[in-house]
Amino acid sequence: MKFLDYFRRPPKSASLAKDRLSIIVAREHTGGRKTPDYLPQLQQELLAVLARYEVIDLANVTVNVERNGDCEVLELNVTLPDGSSVIGAKRAQAATA
Amino acid sequence: MKKRLRKKLLSQERQQERQQERHQERHQQPDRERLKNFANERDQRVNGFVSHENRTPGQPAVKGRPSVSKVVVVTSGKGGVGKTTTSANVATGIALAGKKTVAIDFDVGLRNLDLVMGCERRVVYDFVNVIRGEAKLNQALIRDKRIENLYVLPASQTRDKDALDTEGVGRIIDELKQMGFDYIICDSPAGIERGAQMAMYYADDAIVVTNPEVSSVRDSDRVLGLLAAKTSRAQAGAPPIHPHLLLTRYSPAMVKRGEMLSVADVLELLGIPLLGVIPESKAVLQSSNKGTPAILDETTDVAQAYLDVIYRFLGQEREHRFIDEERRSFFGRLFG
Repeated sequence: MKFLDYFRRPPKSASLAKDRLSIIVAREHTGGRKTPDYLPQLQQELLAVLARYEVIDLANVTVNVERNGDCEVLELNVTLPDGSSVIGAKRAQAATA
Repeated sequence: MKKRLRKKLLSQERQQERQQERHQERHQQPDRERLKNFANERDQRVNGFVSHENRTPGQPAVKGRPSVSKVVVVTSGKGGVGKTTTSANVATGIALAGKKTVAIDFDVGLRNLDLVMGCERRVVYDFVNVIRGEAKLNQALIRDKRIENLYVLPASQTRDKDALDTEGVGRIIDELKQMGFDYIICDSPAGIERGAQMAMYYADDAIVVTNPEVSSVRDSDRVLGLLAAKTSRAQAGAPPIHPHLLLTRYSPAMVKRGEMLSVADVLELLGIPLLGVIPESKAVLQSSNKGTPAILDETTDVAQAYLDVIYRFLGQEREHRFIDEERRSFFGRLFG
């Protein structure tokens, strides 16, 4: 059915550009505040504290901020090196102002 | 048959002649004269307006209002979209309208405004010299040789962007207001760092220059956020800056083929009012080659587009041109 493709127009690049941009712009506007920029530093400092007690790798510490409606959740995940046991999924909830 | 054809050709010739005459008539009263008349009439309507020619330094243009000087930032985030071209043309256009205007180059380290305005050989002192107190403002201001009321304050070529600070920039802008400048055009450097933030800090109005292209639109959106947060108006809780969109390097033919974002697309994405559309044109490069702002060659479409921008900026509503592909006659295509 190659000859049918001839009649079907490929999507115009301008409309692709617009679709991509509207996603970006919407995200930046509704997102408002993006993830705080202290996260990498927090991760480093946590690692420094944890390293006093355990041999731990940076890859095993994750810090995340999630947003559920009006609520922001700061999630810390530390995976111990000797297996898959997760010592703490410490969740600190901070209500947004 | 032959006779009729000759007759037809003759009448065409006559028509062309008449067209040329009309064209010349129109240019006997050049566009810049009309612009000046328009601005003068408008000023007279404002009560008690004193034009800068009859004003002593420091005297307000309108009695009872401390200052009507307007600080306008030309910004974009992305580089290469036409900020400097726009600054040069807007400053020149507003000066043509009879307003005392200065264009300040904020691109410390990479100055270019002087080059586009054609006064690079007359730079002795610069913006940073004045901020540091190494020169007086009068010594650094370069008076344009073609248009009265037009001045350029060049950036430094040797220092870096950290040479600017809010206190110093504020001092210079106040001094320019004292000197009776009606419009202070701040040509922002690319990026969103210190230099760009200094250029927008004291602005009353903003012209956001955007190309119909993804990265430029995204950066403009980012800059709009900065204008709403990191300016003296935003921090003092004063009425916010009103940003205007200037869409440059627009190609109606490509838009028609669906290969370029249209004016409507960009307006919808950015959500700010449209100040004008500048078509992509050789005239921009040619004018920067010569160091003569494009607005001075009234025969080009770019100049016409920028003149429209000036009218709109000074408060007259004008229909937008150069958005649709122009229809060119067969002969126009042959000889154009």
